[in-house]
Amino acid sequence: MIQVILFNVTNGLIIGAFYVLMALGLSLILNLSNVINFSHGNFLALGGYLAFTLSPTLGYWGALLVAPLITALIGLAVERLMIRRVYNRDPVYSLLLTFGFAFVMQDAARFIWGPNGLPLGLPEFLSQPINPTLFFITWYRVFMVAVVIVAVLGLFAFLRYTRIGIRIRAGTLDLETVASLGVNISLLRTFNFALGCLLAGLSGVLAAGQIGLNPNMGDDLLMPSFIAIIVGGVGSLIGTLFGGLLIGVAAALTTVFFPAGSEAVIYAIMMIVLLVRPRGLMGEEGMMA
Amino acid sequence: MSTDVGTSPAITSVAARRSPIVPRWGVLILVWAVLIAVPYWLPLLGGYTALAGRVLVFGLAAMGLNLLLGFTGVLSFGHAAYFGLGAYGAGLTLRYLAHSTPLAMLLGTLLGGLAGSLFGLLIVRRRGVYFAMCTIAFGQLWYYLAYSWNDFTGGFDGLRDFHREPIGFGRLTLDIAQGGDRFYFFLLAVFAAAVGLMGLLVRSPFGHTLRAIRENERRARFLAIPVERQIWLSFSISCFFTALAGTLYALLNNFADPLALHYSLSGYFVVMCVMGGMRTFWGPLVGAALFVVLQDYISSMTVNWMSFVGAIFVLVVLFFPRGLLGMRRIRGSA
Repeated sequence: MIQVILFNVTNGLIIGAFYVLMALGLSLILNLSNVINFSHGNFLALGGYLAFTLSPTLGYWGALLVAPLITALIGLAVERLMIRRVYNRDPVYSLLLTFGFAFVMQDAARFIWGPNGLPLGLPEFLSQPINPTLFFITWYRVFMVAVVIVAVLGLFAFLRYTRIGIRIRAGTLDLETVASLGVNISLLRTFNFALGCLLAGLSGVLAAGQIGLNPNMGDDLLMPSFIAIIVGGVGSLIGTLFGGLLIGVAAALTTVFFPAGSEAVIYAIMMIVLLVRPRGLMGEEGMMA
Repeated sequence: MSTDVGTSPAITSVAARRSPIVPRWGVLILVWAVLIAVPYWLPLLGGYTALAGRVLVFGLAAMGLNLLLGFTGVLSFGHAAYFGLGAYGAGLTLRYLAHSTPLAMLLGTLLGGLAGSLFGLLIVRRRGVYFAMCTIAFGQLWYYLAYSWNDFTGGFDGLRDFHREPIGFGRLTLDIAQGGDRFYFFLLAVFAAAVGLMGLLVRSPFGHTLRAIRENERRARFLAIPVERQIWLSFSISCFFTALAGTLYALLNNFADPLALHYSLSGYFVVMCVMGGMRTFWGPLVGAALFVVLQDYISSMTVNWMSFVGAIFVLVVLFFPRGLLGMRRIRGSA
């Protein structure tokens, strides 16, 4: 029993880590640009597929580095060409735009890489279990969590210590003031969008190694990421971090006792948070108004 | 994130002008003549009456959503939940409770509408994209519920084994169990009643307060309009209408599937409103007709229909943000 629970807790942490990476990217874009990026899950899939295509030439490690960067570049182009045009309009337009574009991206992935699942090859030692009693923890799982931790720490350090990062955080609080201080907020938003896509691409490569590739692999991660943001509190990246881990572990633990309810528990947590603490666990007062 | 405090001429103009969204008699006669004559002209164009039924059902759902989206200026991206709840409510009633079409419609509408009203209480203070995000996430709850509660809802395959029953009025019986024109006219009658009610709501003082909130929430508050309560009412009413459309959807197909609850359908409803013109009364119906016909046509032509539908969304947003009926009027930016 202990082993079953332990298995599910580690599983939950790993799934939660995916939610976190994905939700942090969504959250960055939402906070600065006020856009819900529906196609975020498709950027995740894109990252995974690019890694699949690149790994024969670059090897796994090269693909792990390059695929997220290409995803970010594509995100940059998408923002410059389309999403930038709807910032000053009613939010309904940005939602419809990213929603429609998600369809296009999904279909494109199906067209290019085929509708069937594909595996992403891993280096040999990563697929070994770390020891016989904890047979369910492969090195790959440890590795994934390590990468996520490094990425999250890197992101927070970036936002805290670099000029661009500080501007992004300032823009989250008051974009007009930042603009009037002479910051080019159009470029800032573009960069920020690309940063979000970078995180999505990275989680795509990691997810591909665990669950394989298929054109709608991002869909199942999108909704929990929304909920992670709502639960953690809109406007707070730390909140998103804890929100993602919380629902990941909660869903995994529910699987032990009541498998059918593992999706429902995520929504139950959201409802309780909305009822008891509408601004989210770590959200600022008034941030969601 | 701050509320717009710019001077907006809209409140005064809406009150002063004869409100442009109230349909004039000519428009009314035209719309109803076209709708009533569908069984006569549609086959000539190569369509089939069931397609027109789908237009009515989706049109009603989109018009219900538009009370909130276009007339109150609040964005819900989760209305498929109430549509689907209506459909499942009607289907479950017919399958497990009683073989009565009116009862199924009543219970389905109540199920969807009440679920929306209760959830509305939790989120009326949210605005903009955050409101939308909460509605999406809540909507997906029902999708997963229908998806995983296999024994009761039929799971992913959907709810089958029920069909619409003839309606008895004393000695008269309206046999809608068969498909075809008779059922289309039944749909049209329900649609007409619902849309008539919507028209009254939009013209009423209540409807005017909703538009005042849409144009400038802060001013509306200064005018002592209870903004949160009105938004909640508008959300709830629109959920009831959408749920009613959902019950009709179940009757139309004799089937309810989890995809009727999925957020993609919410997106379709929103794009119907935008495509037809969300600041107009009949816009969503026009948008629904366009969408249903396009989807029907494209999915019969190519397996890659998703990219075409997605591309339509993108094109509408970038190039036709006012929609078909909205193009006639030049207004301040939305």
